[in-house]
Amino acid sequence: MSENGRSVKSGQTRDAAIVGIHEFPSRDVEGQLSPLQIKAECAARALEDAGLSLGDVDAIYDAGEAGGMAGLGISEYLGIRPNVIDTTMVGGSSYEFHAAHAKRAIAAGKAKVALLSYGSTAHSNAFAIGVGGHGGGGGMPGPADNMERFCGMTLVSNYAMVAHRHMHEYGTTSEQLAEISVATRLHAMRNPEAVQAMRALEFMDIRETTIQDVVSSRMIADPLHLLECCMISDGGGAVVIASPEVARDCATPPVWILGGGEATKYPENGGDITTSAAAQSGPVAFAEAGVSPDEIDIAMIYDSFSITVLTLLEDLGFCKKGEGGSWVEGGRLRFDRPSDGPALNTDGGGLSSNHPGMRGIFLLIEAARQLRGQSCSQVEGASLAVAHGNGGMLGSRHCAGTVILGRD
Amino acid sequence: MADATRPLPNAREPDTGAFWEATKNHELRYQRCNDCEAVIFFPRRHCTSCLGQNLEWQASKGEGTLYTYSVVRQSYHPFFKARAPYAVAWIDLDEGPRILSNLVGIEDPTRDLTIGQRLRVEWEDHEHLAIPLFRPI
Ligand SMILES: [Zn+2]
Repeated sequence: MSENGRSVKSGQTRDAAIVGIHEFPSRDVEGQLSPLQIKAECAARALEDAGLSLGDVDAIYDAGEAGGMAGLGISEYLGIRPNVIDTTMVGGSSYEFHAAHAKRAIAAGKAKVALLSYGSTAHSNAFAIGVGGHGGGGGMPGPADNMERFCGMTLVSNYAMVAHRHMHEYGTTSEQLAEISVATRLHAMRNPEAVQAMRALEFMDIRETTIQDVVSSRMIADPLHLLECCMISDGGGAVVIASPEVARDCATPPVWILGGGEATKYPENGGDITTSAAAQSGPVAFAEAGVSPDEIDIAMIYDSFSITVLTLLEDLGFCKKGEGGSWVEGGRLRFDRPSDGPALNTDGGGLSSNHPGMRGIFLLIEAARQLRGQSCSQVEGASLAVAHGNGGMLGSRHCAGTVILGRD
Repeated sequence: MADATRPLPNAREPDTGAFWEATKNHELRYQRCNDCEAVIFFPRRHCTSCLGQNLEWQASKGEGTLYTYSVVRQSYHPFFKARAPYAVAWIDLDEGPRILSNLVGIEDPTRDLTIGQRLRVEWEDHEHLAIPLFRPI
């Protein structure tokens, strides 16, 4: 089989594509815009990017982060009457779920044009996401929270406990984890919006970093240092997903959603904290797409913390469990080392570009930029990408959404 | 913030209330399924292996090993801010349950802890319940 002269693997379906994207450029709206306003502006720009209009949208995907009843509030605010309303809310992984669900709805003939949007003013609201609160069962009242809220587990320490166990079992070092921060910052310095973001959030030192910089930065929750933790910004984005018939006439080259997988993970007696839900969602997504990890050019992996990326790279099958530390050594994740495997978070990631609380939509957006050839840290000839969202807390309970994307 | 207190559990929470009720007597409880022998923790009304409701409370001896931990250096919560740096840990009790708690009785938690080390429960008494904390043996 072939399409536009390129081979399509047997069994691989191309029934929906990302045709429009927009990332809100500012990371500090100084309290002047609401999350809903950010969503609406991003929706307008993403539809414009696709060459579509609001009236074309017949499916809405909304995590409800901007308040009101999810799906309903945004429909009224935008002024649309969609036939498909999906309000999956699984934290930062929501948008990977949304993309996979949009592919299914479009393939089933229920919709032709799906709109995903995100808006947050976490920075303006001065949410102390990482070190505030008591970090129990994800802040949700219930039996798990009632067993955990007494001990002051901050979000950073929740992830740090994965790092400690990873170090204990596999000999992983802080220097190896720092490789993730260093590669991401390198990409951020090449992205003017990321540099502006670090200025807006008053980063102390806006430059490329070294492993030594990372491991000598302040310890927040052992063994995680300041430069291994993501920023808290304002921000938002939108993604438009369309059927092949609509995509053919769009203003942009289609970025096909080739496969999707989703999973849950929670603490279990005797369980393995170093393995995440990605170990379940990844194989499902790769199997549907008919591709393997070693074919992937771009890895857009939720980088809430360095350890998140290391764990997810292993679970997605880029290397064996426990070997992530040595695998990432020597700058392997940089955009200019394509023969060594995928480039990581080429927009600068949540560590150095954009993290308003639920980063999942930016994973899809930057993956689409790469497959269109429009990234600030473009990988020559990039044709396959994985976007993996982790929602919730890596060290206790979380959801995983894996999406495999490919160009014609 | 001299009156800042530890965030306490709700002793009337439907699934875990009986666990907290028993802490008044310094009993560290977990459940076992009479039908399939699974260990259930956190406590709930059903077995997570067979979904049956034939569960029985068991008393743990209160000893276990350190599965993993972190030392919190920065917290905005007034009670914990005053106690930083402090250790948060997942502990594997000898009977099977994995419990989240704080570690106490350590001179410098940033240096003096080792994954796999032995721990024993120690109780912090409050008006209506007690909090299980763990100390190196
Ligand atoms: Zn049972």
